[in-house]
Amino acid sequence: MNGLLAARSQMAMSLAFHIVFAAIGIAMPLLMIIAEWQWLRTKDEVYLALAKRWAKGTAILFAVGAVSGTVLSFELGLLWPGFMRYAGAIIGMPFSLEGFAFFTEAIFLGIYLYGWTRVPPRAHLFAGAMVAVSGALSGIFVVIANAWMNTPKGFHIVNGRPVDIDPLAAMMNPAASAQTLHMTLAAYAATGFVVAGIHAFMLRRDANNRFHKSALAIALTVGGVAAILQPLSGDLLAKMVAKNLPVKLAALEGQFATEKGAPLRIGGIPDEGSGLTRYAIQIPYGLSILAYNDPNATVKGLNDFPATERPPVAIVHLSFQIMVACGLAMMGIAVWAAWQYWRARRKKSNAWLESRWLLRVLVLGAPLGFIAIETGWVVTEVGRQPWIIYGVMKTAEAVTPIPGLVVPFITFTVLYIFLAAITVWLLLRQVAASPQGFGSDGQKVMLAA
Amino acid sequence: MIAALIIYALLGGADYGGGVWDLFAFGKRAPAQRALIAQAIGPVWEANHVWLILVIVVLFTAFPPAFAAISTALHIPLTLLLIGIVLRGTTFTFRAHDVKRDDVQRRWSLLFSIASIITPVLLGIVLGAIASGTIRVENGVVVSGFLKSWLAPFPFAVGFFALSLFAFLAGVYLTVEASENELQEDFRTRALIAGFAVGILALIVFLLAGTGAPTVRAGISRSWWALGLHLFTAVFAVAAFYALWTRKYRVARICAAVQVTLILLGWALAQFPYLVEPGITIYSAAAPRATLQLLLIALAAGVLVLFPSYYYLFRVFKGEAAYSARRH
Repeated sequence: MNGLLAARSQMAMSLAFHIVFAAIGIAMPLLMIIAEWQWLRTKDEVYLALAKRWAKGTAILFAVGAVSGTVLSFELGLLWPGFMRYAGAIIGMPFSLEGFAFFTEAIFLGIYLYGWTRVPPRAHLFAGAMVAVSGALSGIFVVIANAWMNTPKGFHIVNGRPVDIDPLAAMMNPAASAQTLHMTLAAYAATGFVVAGIHAFMLRRDANNRFHKSALAIALTVGGVAAILQPLSGDLLAKMVAKNLPVKLAALEGQFATEKGAPLRIGGIPDEGSGLTRYAIQIPYGLSILAYNDPNATVKGLNDFPATERPPVAIVHLSFQIMVACGLAMMGIAVWAAWQYWRARRKKSNAWLESRWLLRVLVLGAPLGFIAIETGWVVTEVGRQPWIIYGVMKTAEAVTPIPGLVVPFITFTVLYIFLAAITVWLLLRQVAASPQGFGSDGQKVMLAA
Repeated sequence: MIAALIIYALLGGADYGGGVWDLFAFGKRAPAQRALIAQAIGPVWEANHVWLILVIVVLFTAFPPAFAAISTALHIPLTLLLIGIVLRGTTFTFRAHDVKRDDVQRRWSLLFSIASIITPVLLGIVLGAIASGTIRVENGVVVSGFLKSWLAPFPFAVGFFALSLFAFLAGVYLTVEASENELQEDFRTRALIAGFAVGILALIVFLLAGTGAPTVRAGISRSWWALGLHLFTAVFAVAAFYALWTRKYRVARICAAVQVTLILLGWALAQFPYLVEPGITIYSAAAPRATLQLLLIALAAGVLVLFPSYYYLFRVFKGEAAYSARRH
């Protein structure tokens, strides 16, 4: 394993690990404050128990997210000093802002987690809202920095050095709005589906527990709304990619030849040797319509770019297909659940969560969002290769010269596997005990918090 | 940035020190000692921890070449530092949420305290290496190798100095937080021992600096303000010790905090204007004006949001403890 590959592997592993906790850190506080708000509104103890239970899980996940995020901020320099030396002044800004947002989040999370009896209820809810808002903001700032790597703006290059640096223009780069929207929605959708899936699983065993019903309703509402909106933001993002990153579009669609009226390929295996994408279902004119709103638009193919500037096509195309498939499945589940809900409402019954099939599908659908997040991240990162800053700096120029990079890669991998195992085990212990006393009659027998 | 580093040392450092005392919790009051430490750190460690992140992001936004050079030359201790940070934070949280059975709790405590000891030492090593002037950079490329600059007596002395300092701070803070007399006495003894270690290690660091970090040592004894600063530091150090001796814990807390602030300020001034001595100064490494201006605006705005929130956090969790300490 050479240094570049080890460094990329370590970065990829660290990001893949952190992104899960980051997404949960963005979305979980929203679920918590919805539950707490419902409690303040209805005085129904089930919502208080729910907010407290979710807060406990969030505490564990947030701690792992915070330290793995710290690791990333160091790794930017430890692994990519060339990138930081070049880009620090241009794109350090959103990272600094992220620092502040994260700070606010940590402060108010401390108040939220440990302050149930120490601050008045409204102040407590406010603290939760601050956690939710600053969590979303810190995610947005980090994605802005990543968007800049895809569509670098806000500077000119003179003699190989960046001059006329304008950090605000760098933050307003063309990819920023679509990418942040897509990632934020993804965080809500993925987390909502996992939480809904867990409570659906519990409901299948303990069908009348109001605790799990309330939990499922809140999580599915947040996750479902985000999942239904997500394809729209995906479309915005695809049009941005078509305009600014034609080689990436070609890679994620497996488009080798430049073509007028290009088809949309579903599935298929791109073969770089022969320059063909085989076994795909083709929808005529589909890609031209999706990317440019015009069936006869020309889509540039990979063959128009030098081989040294193409990303690995097979991985990018495959990841993209998986992401889209997961996203569409989640949208389908969300629409179906909404339809079930409306049908139950029309009959004035509250039995929409008693459909065995809906619960079964929700359990199966739980991991879809995170599969989509991970594969989507592969699309944006691997799809940009061999560049670290698109069109400006190659990843190989940014890597640290230090030898033996494979050692920290393996160390951190082992460490993260250990952390992940402990986290899962602790969460299982939290979840496995279903709180008693919230039977179908709504009578509070005893409060298990 | 120096301000953030100082606050990190004052507050985050105390959290590490808490971890150190966690390891040395013994005797029949050990569970009570541990509980006090956990209670003191619990709500605030994450917020305190962010100061370190702030140091990093400000460093790489405002002084990108310095960040690149430091993280290349000190790759190894920084990586170890990261592992320490990861283990410290996670084991503390895991301990809080795992089964409340003795053997399980002991295992997490052990990992937590070991990480709490190693991390400050490594932090000190990194700072010591930066100050030692052995990181050489030519045309933006580090030429001094990856071991030489930190594998030396001086950085290690600074490392242990940092450890003793953090332990001292934590001991002093915990005397204020403790609500029972016996606990207070326990931490008073520990703080006194740590304070003594601080004194000895400070002397060792100063002696080693003669060969290990000549520029910084010259800076220390360069001018009247430097001498004045060190006089002040010494005064506050003695005052903190005396206050601790006479059980004036709240006075001791203030003195100890001022003492640590002055030590870091003294170091920063002695190193000025070098960021990574001797190649990189704050002028040569500074980002363009537009970036710095924007960063300053962001810092000011951030401080406006942060300080009230931070104050609120501490008032909520530290106010009551301070109150109960006063009653005794």
